[in-house]
Amino acid sequence: MREVVLAVPGDFAEWRSAARGLLANGVAPEEVSWCDSAAGASLFGEAGTPARPGAVVLPRELLEIAERVICHRGAEVPARLYRVIWRAARDRLLLARTTDADVDWLRKADKAIRRDVHKMHAFVRFRRLGEEEGRESFAAWFEPTHRILRLTAPFFQRRFTGMDWAIVTPDARAIWQGETLVYGPGGTKDEVPGSDVVEDQWRTYYGAIFNPARVKIDAMRAEMPKKYWKNLPEAQDIAPLLAGAEARVERMREAAVSMANPLTEKWRTRVPEDLLLDDDVKTLGDVARAIDRCTRCPLYCNATQGVAGEGPEAARIMLVGEQPGDQEDLQGRPFVGPAGLVLDQALEEAGLDRARLFLTNAVKHFKFEPRGKRRLHQNPTTGEIDICRWWLDKERALVQPDLIVTLGASALRGVTGKSASIKSMRGAVHELEGGTKLIATIHPSFLLRMPDRTRAAEERKAFIADLIRARKLAA
Amino acid sequence: MSAKAILEKLAVLADAAKYDASCASSGTVKRDSTETGGIGSTEGMGICHSYAPDGRCISLLKILLTNFCIYDCRFCINRASSNVERARFSPQEVVRLTLDFYKRNYIEGLFLSSGIIRSEDYTMEQLVEVARILREEHRFAGYIHLKTIAGADPGLIALAGLYADRLSTNVELPTEAGLSNFAPEKKPETIRKTMASVRVGAEDAAEAAKSRLIGKAMPPRFAPAGQSTQMIVGADAARDDDILKTATNLYSGYQLRRVYYSAYSPIPDASSDLPPVRPPLMREHRLYQADWLLRFYGFERAEIMEGATGGMLDLNIDPKLAWALQRREAFPVDINRAPRELLLRVPGLGTRAVDRIVAARRLGKLGLGDLAKLTASVKKLLPFIVTPDWRPGKLTDSADLRARFAPPAEQLALAL
Repeated sequence: MREVVLAVPGDFAEWRSAARGLLANGVAPEEVSWCDSAAGASLFGEAGTPARPGAVVLPRELLEIAERVICHRGAEVPARLYRVIWRAARDRLLLARTTDADVDWLRKADKAIRRDVHKMHAFVRFRRLGEEEGRESFAAWFEPTHRILRLTAPFFQRRFTGMDWAIVTPDARAIWQGETLVYGPGGTKDEVPGSDVVEDQWRTYYGAIFNPARVKIDAMRAEMPKKYWKNLPEAQDIAPLLAGAEARVERMREAAVSMANPLTEKWRTRVPEDLLLDDDVKTLGDVARAIDRCTRCPLYCNATQGVAGEGPEAARIMLVGEQPGDQEDLQGRPFVGPAGLVLDQALEEAGLDRARLFLTNAVKHFKFEPRGKRRLHQNPTTGEIDICRWWLDKERALVQPDLIVTLGASALRGVTGKSASIKSMRGAVHELEGGTKLIATIHPSFLLRMPDRTRAAEERKAFIADLIRARKLAA
Repeated sequence: MSAKAILEKLAVLADAAKYDASCASSGTVKRDSTETGGIGSTEGMGICHSYAPDGRCISLLKILLTNFCIYDCRFCINRASSNVERARFSPQEVVRLTLDFYKRNYIEGLFLSSGIIRSEDYTMEQLVEVARILREEHRFAGYIHLKTIAGADPGLIALAGLYADRLSTNVELPTEAGLSNFAPEKKPETIRKTMASVRVGAEDAAEAAKSRLIGKAMPPRFAPAGQSTQMIVGADAARDDDILKTATNLYSGYQLRRVYYSAYSPIPDASSDLPPVRPPLMREHRLYQADWLLRFYGFERAEIMEGATGGMLDLNIDPKLAWALQRREAFPVDINRAPRELLLRVPGLGTRAVDRIVAARRLGKLGLGDLAKLTASVKKLLPFIVTPDWRPGKLTDSADLRARFAPPAEQLALAL
């Protein structure tokens, strides 16, 4: 039987060098007895093994876990950890065997440590010592369940770089004064001030943020176990807050509703915005504002905003699309999404200046189906198109274009009120009531959806040809 | 300002903020004070520094800048017509409190909201100013969550996104009808437009980061912890189905990180048409479970509603179990063969347990004893799974399966 005496319990470097020597010498876990110096060496063991450094390859993850688990206070930890690395050196997949008893133990011990670390990050409470040359200094007393100060101090260093601080625990202390993190021996509670000037403020906050109508004491205890309470200034308020909770809710319930605050009307300075009546809509600006408040069909319920047409009132050509898509809905402008990009390029090739066109849609609100993180575009129904024609007609009446180009079947329906196929209308120039000319073509998003590249290129050429015809017609 | 006045204001303005549940400190970028020499860090996962006796985590200093408000939303304690005591912090006072608390490790950062004073823009400017002072004058690297004021200028929202980790705009009530009834000054379209401008701001920042010429010249991030919202549950007549419908629309439309559901809790000096009842905490809990199914378990809203009655989730059993009981033909599932998506549908298996199972079964068949090491409650799984040493037989289809899980019937309390 070999005996290893660890001088500093929880010190990873010391345990690792002992374990490495044993492993290199092929000493089986059953042949080692581990104890710490406080417990005293047994009378019968052989003295520790001289380290014969050999290359032992262990998974990095295991070393990271071991570095944490060695902080565990369980007496069996050094021995059990050694058994795990002994086995891991022979079985590369050991850590993945989550149902193995040793691995299960290791994971649970690691979990306990990580929880303890997390709780220390949360429940350390600094108290102010003073200030020198603009640099404040603080101290905290904390009793972690395990020997985790070395695992937690770097966190506090990253967080509190700009101040000096010390954390004292029964096992060790960590001190930061702006340069390097220094560790020292354990200490006692009375080394740290017993109170702090802002503790009253903190306790006031704690009391005020508690909602007496939702008492859930078990949920609180599960996350903030009682063992931590003695270091938390707010914990002394828990019992009185709970004791008064029921009565506070009862008073709330019984209290008659008081008269409205006499200042209400003074504060509520705003007058509700005048709703635009249909007859008031006299400019394109009015149309845009009114569209945003349109509730003629239910599409407004989910869309972000109504998207009105855009362009000069004097535009000779009006382009009518189907309806806003995801981006149009967010930005409140027509043709700013992927299909808008296709349209922009096509317009350029056709020699049309977007700034001189009036661009709009047959339907003014985005219609979609939520699918996870995306909104899938849905075609408007003829009913929705017909209801929304009211707005399209307003825009047409104000702009009075010589020529309308409809993009896609919905736009055709929106302009003509009839469901004709694009195929039957395309290639010719039609005349609408009142003399406005009409050219029907496809919607640019149709080009986006085509998987066949050669066909897409042909379709695109035809689309640009339609736009060129429109340019010539309006010239 | 004297210390006593600060205490009084803190009591009023923290009390006024406690009804907003949309407060967390996770999901942001890693950041610390080693480079700037200031104070503060964020490590992705937030830390809860304390818990109130209502079981809720205290991670941020959650206060209002002021509880004066020109709006008169009836569910809100700060509405103009309420007789609650009023107070107002200056931006400097909020900064001071935040830093004092942060340096003592009481908090992870600041969650700042406000009643609306003067105008939406003025209020938003004040909120942004607090964040600016913290970041620029004090090199504060902790977490900041700002409430956006619906209707504020998009330019102010863009500025807020530069300083804050998270922005949130509350939708308050899940339906248009509810909102126009209870919050006459709040317009759903204004709320949605503000959310849209946050999403557009985030996308613009991401675009700018992608197309930068010099790799190191990182443009400023925009609200790296994303945006969230809160809905009040149980103040109006909206059903769970309506609530989840609104939630799915918001998730898809504005890329929200979280929708918070907050059981309507009686407030002092409540409006007379609001329920003076205990907050529907179980309903809130079921909605969170359903929300999780939507986001992490591949459920569609319509599927979740299969286990509901009349658009309301079952209060006695969780929504996944309720769904499974309606879809027994999908069970039992073979733990050793079923694809991940199917394992995620087994009542009692969470995403972590499923990951563990998928990893462990590569190395050998899993029996019931192995499962006990990988998940917390094997008993709940039994009717729905098959392992080499377990078959549920008729259990899956047994008539009393629901009764095995539902809490025992309670004698109704007699009305006094």
